[in-house]
Amino acid sequence: MDLTTFLIQCLNAVQYGLLLFLLASGLTLIFGIMGVINLAHGSFYMLGAYLAFSLAPLFGQQFLVMLMCGALLSFVFGYLLEWAFFSYLYQRDHLQQVLMTYALILVFEELRSLLVGNDVHGVQAPAWLTGTIPLGERMTYPTYRLFASAACIVIAVGLYFVVNRTRLGMMVRAGASNRDMVRGLGIDITRLYRIVFAAGVALAALAGMIAAPLSSVYPGMGGSVLIICFVVVVIGGIGSITGALIASLMVGFVDTFGKVFFAELSGIGIYLLMAIILIWRPEGLAKRGA
Amino acid sequence: MAETRAPTRVLPIASGVPPAIAGGGSAGPRATDAAASPSGGPSLGATLVPIVGLALLAVVPFVAGEYLQDLVVKIVILAIFALSLELLAGTTGLVSLGHAAFLGIGAYTAVLAAPKTGAGSVVVLLLLSMASAAVYALFVGALSLRTRGVYFIMVTLAFAQMAYFIFHDTKIGGGSDGIYLNVKPVVDGLLDLKDRNAFYGFALGALAATYGLLAVLLRSRFGHALAGIRVNEQRMRAAGFRTYGYKLAAFVLAGALAGLAGFLIAVRDGFVNPEMLAWQESGTVLLMLILGGLGHLRGAVLGAIVFTLLKELYASEGLVGPLLAGHWQLTLGLTIIAFVATMPKGLIGLPAQLRRKPRAVEIADDE
Repeated sequence: MDLTTFLIQCLNAVQYGLLLFLLASGLTLIFGIMGVINLAHGSFYMLGAYLAFSLAPLFGQQFLVMLMCGALLSFVFGYLLEWAFFSYLYQRDHLQQVLMTYALILVFEELRSLLVGNDVHGVQAPAWLTGTIPLGERMTYPTYRLFASAACIVIAVGLYFVVNRTRLGMMVRAGASNRDMVRGLGIDITRLYRIVFAAGVALAALAGMIAAPLSSVYPGMGGSVLIICFVVVVIGGIGSITGALIASLMVGFVDTFGKVFFAELSGIGIYLLMAIILIWRPEGLAKRGA
Repeated sequence: MAETRAPTRVLPIASGVPPAIAGGGSAGPRATDAAASPSGGPSLGATLVPIVGLALLAVVPFVAGEYLQDLVVKIVILAIFALSLELLAGTTGLVSLGHAAFLGIGAYTAVLAAPKTGAGSVVVLLLLSMASAAVYALFVGALSLRTRGVYFIMVTLAFAQMAYFIFHDTKIGGGSDGIYLNVKPVVDGLLDLKDRNAFYGFALGALAATYGLLAVLLRSRFGHALAGIRVNEQRMRAAGFRTYGYKLAAFVLAGALAGLAGFLIAVRDGFVNPEMLAWQESGTVLLMLILGGLGHLRGAVLGAIVFTLLKELYASEGLVGPLLAGHWQLTLGLTIIAFVATMPKGLIGLPAQLRRKPRAVEIADDE
């Protein structure tokens, strides 16, 4: 493998990792703050991809506007969803919530099948992003992949700012480290839950929208990504956004280079990584000495 | 919630130790079948219901058609699988999302260890299936029991996924296409599992044996120790129990019983493929448990029955019409949502919930 190929694989790994981070950050917040094991997170990713599929013709070249509209729509959707299906489940055993999110996967898959059908669709990236960028003498790299990485970085920085520099972010961080104490301090936990859930849905949908032009939009696309997201969340340590970032990049590299070097057994790579990390550090990377 | 307020033998420590320390996300003590009756012995209902149920099932081949018989076999096997997980998730509080790995390994062993020509021996293949599942469970359990709660769920998932990809991506068991069992195993002169009725009886016997074994186990010292670990592991350790050993033993036994279910599936279908080890299978069996009600052997069986029947009902064109049958996941999903919204303790808790309705509401308001 020469240097250029290596570089391209690195770019792919980073791009995949960043996309995973968008998904996993929402999941880790919902997980860490609300204690909900949200199996339906993959469905929100699928929702985003199908949003991109249906919104793309309406917005034409205004891809960024489309991303924002889609994120807003999915935020509202998440807000309503939390109110309708989760708000009364927090006092119950966690496994009841698992059952609920599983049922939601079934419902979302069927609604998707009823509304859009079961065909595989492609989403066209806007013209200003369809080109390639020369890399070295013979290789090129698609512009859209770079755009995807850049968009993820922008969102990640925004998320970092909100979580670390705002009052809402303070509540979120406090909620992740000690939920009961936050409630004890008189913070409106119901509203916090609803916002966190909605933000998680919006982040997953954004990831889906950004990923749509890269991969096709197809039924069951949520299921395949869900488990990898959980792997990322658990490696990073539940509730930790920094942990999720490190873990998603690790998973991105292990998966990409696993496919290059060990094509035969590439599927095992990330699970082996997770098993090793959890046996070494049973609460994920972020929690030191815990 | 009324049950959690009732006095139990293991009271949570007043200070310092959070009540949910037993892990697995199962907060607070729950009454198990074994602890349900005050005298310590089985109550009349708990003994009669399984026996009557078994007797009813035993006459199915004589009165029902092939379709119904196949459906019952399907439920029986899933019930064994659900019971094996119940020992872990319901009794010990160890929620595993990788239980299908043991099912799959049991099934693959039954096929791979069978002779290429001629029929294998039921006894040998069955023991091999259970043993190989138990060995993998020993390996997975020894490592993953270092973690707890959600991390435990994920490590078990990781090991199951590794097993899945090994069967899926290598040529050991025919890759993603799976592999066929050419001749179904026999016990010379006594039993040929190729015969529909013989297999039916064998599966039913396996279910009865599993249920009986677990029911006895839950009433033993070992079973009580496991229940204690679920309620408060720290306290069990303080009382002098080496909890790791108990948990590992439960994990291995659960793996072996899942291997038994896997053996039955391999023999029934004469075919195994890697999808048996997929995480969706582990998820489905966990859902059956939650649906039925965790912490009860009857709940596991009930969950397997209701889940399978609902799926069968919603997917049958004759009963619900072609439009709905084509989208059976929608109706199944909505039904599960309704179940979750209205039944906090699963199906098994429904009678108690109806009886104690006023008080349950009162307590819910307190929290």
